[in-house]
Amino acid sequence: MSEKALILRNLRVQYLDGMESLRGITLDVEPHAINVFFGPAGGGKSTILRTINRLIDLDDIKQMEGELLFHGKNLLDADVDVTELRRKIGVVFSRPIPLPLTIYQNVSFGLEAAGEKDKKKMDQQVEKALKQATLWDEVYDRLNEPANTLSGGQQQRMCLARVMALEPEIIMLDEPTSALDPISTAKIEQFMQDTKEKYTFILVPNNVSQAARMADTAAFFLQGELIEYGVGKSIFVTPKDKRTQDYVEGRFG
Amino acid sequence: MGFNLVRLIALLTVLPILGIVAYIIIQGAGSLSLEFLTQVPTNGMRSGGIFPAIVGTFYLTIGTALFAVPLGVAAGIYISEYAKDTLWTRLIRIAIISLAGVPSVVYGLFGLGLFVIFLRFGTSILAASLTLSIMTLPVIISTTEEALRTVPARFRIVGRSLGATQWQTIRKIILPQALPGIVTGVILGLERAAGETAPILFTGAAFFLPRLPSSILSATMALPYHIFVISTQVPGMPVQIQYGTVVVLLIYALGMNLIATLIRNKARKNRQW
Repeated sequence: MSEKALILRNLRVQYLDGMESLRGITLDVEPHAINVFFGPAGGGKSTILRTINRLIDLDDIKQMEGELLFHGKNLLDADVDVTELRRKIGVVFSRPIPLPLTIYQNVSFGLEAAGEKDKKKMDQQVEKALKQATLWDEVYDRLNEPANTLSGGQQQRMCLARVMALEPEIIMLDEPTSALDPISTAKIEQFMQDTKEKYTFILVPNNVSQAARMADTAAFFLQGELIEYGVGKSIFVTPKDKRTQDYVEGRFG
Repeated sequence: MGFNLVRLIALLTVLPILGIVAYIIIQGAGSLSLEFLTQVPTNGMRSGGIFPAIVGTFYLTIGTALFAVPLGVAAGIYISEYAKDTLWTRLIRIAIISLAGVPSVVYGLFGLGLFVIFLRFGTSILAASLTLSIMTLPVIISTTEEALRTVPARFRIVGRSLGATQWQTIRKIILPQALPGIVTGVILGLERAAGETAPILFTGAAFFLPRLPSSILSATMALPYHIFVISTQVPGMPVQIQYGTVVVLLIYALGMNLIATLIRNKARKNRQW
């Protein structure tokens, strides 16, 4: 087996207000695969994503411990360059959040923050990213228009392009299609399937059917605990844990 | 019925303002002329123009802006974006609120003590501008803070998630969105500074100077103080000149107000959230 994209060992996170926390998560994120984290709301999925790229630093955290290894380095260490980390591990949120800038500036924002000054190189990167996110054909002649003139589905693909422009290793998507119509949803899902040879995906799906459809590996979370983890789609067919089975069969959640 | 009452009360608050403005303009408009605006006062200020006072007020506005805007905006950014909610930041907040409530004559005395005497700036544009700056700071700080807070938190999260530092996110996304609000606050603060008499009374305003100030260490005439002088200190003063001067100050202040309103309206149209 090749090197894991991420290794989580006994990861614990507690918010200052005692809210949703992680109670010792241990799992591996497989490279070049779609790793699905699913389960009912409040299970800790979003907290894991926020912990992985340290966006959680913006929240009030009481405690964060355990191991979160990325290329052998514990991402919880104090000396981690979080800006550099976030370029390597990008995130797409559940609602499209276009920055109040033009389409072009949205996609070039991360590059510019990373210190890219070469305008020509930036143009190329922006074009490439928009093409990867299958948005280029729809926006190439209106790159300088405000990003909020795009439709919801286009905005979400732009958010994806924004992450792609940084050429990340891992792309995390937190219910990326929850605000989208079926066609836009299909485009995002197709994108993941088409590019997983190149990237590692962590997907928090909107629902169990998307989880089953997309999963190369699947982890079921409930109230801050990892209940069951499986490679392939076995977890949806023959769940070992009763709670997983109940959730997969739609008895709660 | 109830609604009409509210409308009537609202109208009652507008009437005095309209009344004052109309009365002053009717009384003073006649004395406005190119000569009045561009000549120095003559004959013990009883004739001639008010050019030095206009220029002086302009200098004081610019001087106040130079000190108060960078400091106030920086403080607003710090309080809104960086400061954690600690005892220390609460103290700073209370200090700012208290500062806003201090009577303007107290600023004048403070400026006299600190800038004029202790720092030896003398009665000068520099001392008066600094005094007006301190008076204006609370307004600029709180409007900056307020303007930044109205920018949705999700933009900050997205900015950081794309590998931007906090400062990059603020500079490229948050500040441009908050800028119209900040500019509006700055202009309203400066407008108040331009119209104040008490803070410059001891720190920089001259009773009568027939020429323009030569440096930032010169005293200067200024419109509000000039109005005070020609209304109370000069016997046999023609009423038209008094009202004319008031009209000029009023136009100066309302003009700034108008600019602030235009900026706000334009920004509201361009807002993307």
